[in-house]
Amino acid sequence: MPSPFSINGGACVAMVGKDCVAIACDLRLGLQALTVSNNFPKVFQYGDSVFLGLTGLATDVSTVSDLFRYKVNMYRLREERHIAPRTFANLVSSSLYEKRFGPYFVSPVVAGLDPKSGAPFICGFDSIGCIDFAKDFIVSGTATEQLFGMCESLWEPDLGPDALFETISQALLNAVDRDALSGWGAHVYIIEKDKVTKRLLKGRQD
Amino acid sequence: MPCRHIQPQWAEAGWGPFVGLQQAWSVGGRCPCAQAEAPTLQITTTTTPFDTDNAKMEVLLGITGKDFTLIAASKAAMRGATILKAADDKTRQLNKHTLMAFSGEAGDTVQFAEYIQANAQLYSMRNETDLSPSALANFVRGELASSLRSRKPYNVNLLLGGVDPITHKPSLYWLDYLASLAPVPYAAHGYAQYYCLSLLDKHHQPDITLERGMELLKLCSDELKRRLPIDFKGMVVKAVTADGIKEMPFDDTEVVKGT
Repeated sequence: MPSPFSINGGACVAMVGKDCVAIACDLRLGLQALTVSNNFPKVFQYGDSVFLGLTGLATDVSTVSDLFRYKVNMYRLREERHIAPRTFANLVSSSLYEKRFGPYFVSPVVAGLDPKSGAPFICGFDSIGCIDFAKDFIVSGTATEQLFGMCESLWEPDLGPDALFETISQALLNAVDRDALSGWGAHVYIIEKDKVTKRLLKGRQD
Repeated sequence: MPCRHIQPQWAEAGWGPFVGLQQAWSVGGRCPCAQAEAPTLQITTTTTPFDTDNAKMEVLLGITGKDFTLIAASKAAMRGATILKAADDKTRQLNKHTLMAFSGEAGDTVQFAEYIQANAQLYSMRNETDLSPSALANFVRGELASSLRSRKPYNVNLLLGGVDPITHKPSLYWLDYLASLAPVPYAAHGYAQYYCLSLLDKHHQPDITLERGMELLKLCSDELKRRLPIDFKGMVVKAVTADGIKEMPFDDTEVVKGT
């Protein structure tokens, strides 16, 4: 029997640019080698510039994304302001650790811009909430090895929004083409100071 | 014998995708009723508590078109190598515009489906409005997801088809026993997936008419008769349209010759 992390397949990547961040995911949902759906996005928005990517077991991707929608809505009502990416990252971490001995089988990625300074913020987690802060890029999912290779070779510091879009798209598309469990198109978000651009990439359909 | 108190349900049964990981949660767990006992690492290897293959032999099919959703389910109720019933209806109507088909472990299926049906009908009575297919799909997913992490999860695979009562948009939702939810244009469960999804990949268009939908079902049904090793006793076919749900005549007496 396979690991719960690789039953459904999927990939996610986040990158830092100059005064912008990008986060992207593939669209596949499968049962081992069988593809069930090619319209299963894994990146969710929780504020003007707070994004969460979730790969792993599809049921937990839905459960966890719904749980954070609830928690972030409650936070917004209580605090009367949007949640900041760093605060959200700590919320993700503590929520996952609550389930230490029966975890959600997901590998989350957070990307966003700090609402005060506008500084880019990205981080990744393991399934029990250990945060991995990064200054360059974060990858997760069944195509992590391929994504690491693509990001290590394509990423460079201080990429502008357009160059960052090209970089993250090429990194994701070429990584998932070498992974049987992910692909079938992609969603790419480019997050700037007061603009978020969402692009749908078709990608290889095989 | 590990105590039932602290064992997560998959560690206890040792089934499903969680088999490899059960070691991890058995470590920290300790039973409240046996405190004297030192926490020991137990690796239990038991067989699946239900017959997975049998459930996979059941056929569930769903197709959406221009203004309808078609749901088909095989008529054979099986237990081991025996067909107990040849006119079983594996579908339940949730409200005027939503139909749910189910397969899986005997007992769980009908129990879960009728629980959902009762809750959908209760909502309709209380609010004098029906839940939309998407709302129902997410409700079902929530129930199945909380069941998944309970002591004894429901082992049920579902297809939920409907037509939105306001927009008249047809929709189809694919749900498995892990509570993975996916909106899809066409779907299948069990071994039927391997034969029918490729057929529908080739022949399905989003704007097909009900007649064409029935043709596609015939295509799938013939292929299943040709390739499945057992007789699934034909299919019940139901169409969901803006006018409601009606059973469609479907000829399943025809014998399909092998290749």
